[in-house]
Amino acid sequence: MELGSLQRRYIDFTTALFREGFLDNQYTQLQQLQDESNPEFVLEVVTLFFEDSEKLLDELSRTLDQQVVDYKKVDAHVHQLKGSSASIGAQRVKNVCMAFRNFCEERNQEGCLRCLQQVRQEYFLVKSKLETLFRLEKQILAAGGSVPVLW
Amino acid sequence: MAVVAEAQFHVLAVDDSLMDRKLIERLLKTSSFQVTAVDSGSRALEVLGLSEDLTSSAAVSPAHNEIEVNLVITDYCMPGMTGYDLLKKIKGSSSLKDIPVVIMSSENVPSRINRCLEGGAEEFFLKPVQLSDMKRLRPHILKGKSKEQQLQQEETSITSNKRKARDDELSPERRRPRLSNNSLI
Repeated sequence: MELGSLQRRYIDFTTALFREGFLDNQYTQLQQLQDESNPEFVLEVVTLFFEDSEKLLDELSRTLDQQVVDYKKVDAHVHQLKGSSASIGAQRVKNVCMAFRNFCEERNQEGCLRCLQQVRQEYFLVKSKLETLFRLEKQILAAGGSVPVLW
Repeated sequence: MAVVAEAQFHVLAVDDSLMDRKLIERLLKTSSFQVTAVDSGSRALEVLGLSEDLTSSAAVSPAHNEIEVNLVITDYCMPGMTGYDLLKKIKGSSSLKDIPVVIMSSENVPSRINRCLEGGAEEFFLKPVQLSDMKRLRPHILKGKSKEQQLQQEETSITSNKRKARDDELSPERRRPRLSNNSLI
């Protein structure tokens, strides 16, 4: 694909991500912190987010699968997931975490399990979207162009 | 004051999350601070030259610290020593108590915020911390620095005025409240 189309595709894709609530302003904040001295900053932080989140999702499954559920533990994990998703602007993941914490407080196992399913879905969705975004950026740079700045 | 304003200040950032450490480090560096980032309160105390085992009276004096820290910014929720615990240790140490401490938390809990402020924290930042929050750090550092400078100036004038034998009059003078009209950035 030629550079112009790649850049247009990038713009459309990014705009949609924000419009559909996958990402919020916090992601833009990350982009603003990236520069020539730290050209991979966003990728690095998001990669940490991916690693953290997958660990947490596994932990959550394990904890909710126990005979006697330790809701304090579940809540602690969700709190962490909420924090890291907020840090990178993964808005939909963050929002499910907020609902998830309410179910923890109520010690509602069914509610928690539903939220776990939902948060996992939202997580994998945003993960794949971000991977597409990074791929587009790479393609643009490889084609000798610069990534459009949308802020 | 101009010299102080141009100096690059050193911030010690404390957070158990690698992701958050990376973020705060970048925010601070982008705002022209020198940064040391550690993952726990006990590591922070080591960097500050204060071992957990020592009482404040046995603390290493600032002159022996490996690095001078101008401000500590710490997460509240950490396993082991919380940000609040770290705050109390710093404020309870004769050598470290004047270092400004800022607490960060992803949870907006008024009682927690008040407790930290009452415990001596200069400010409480809600996470995710923004670039604009970094502007709020310098005034706290400068406030501490000018207090330090004034104490040093008073100490210099004391030692140079040996002939005037005003020693007994000096303690009350030093405790005189400082009227500050220094213009801070």
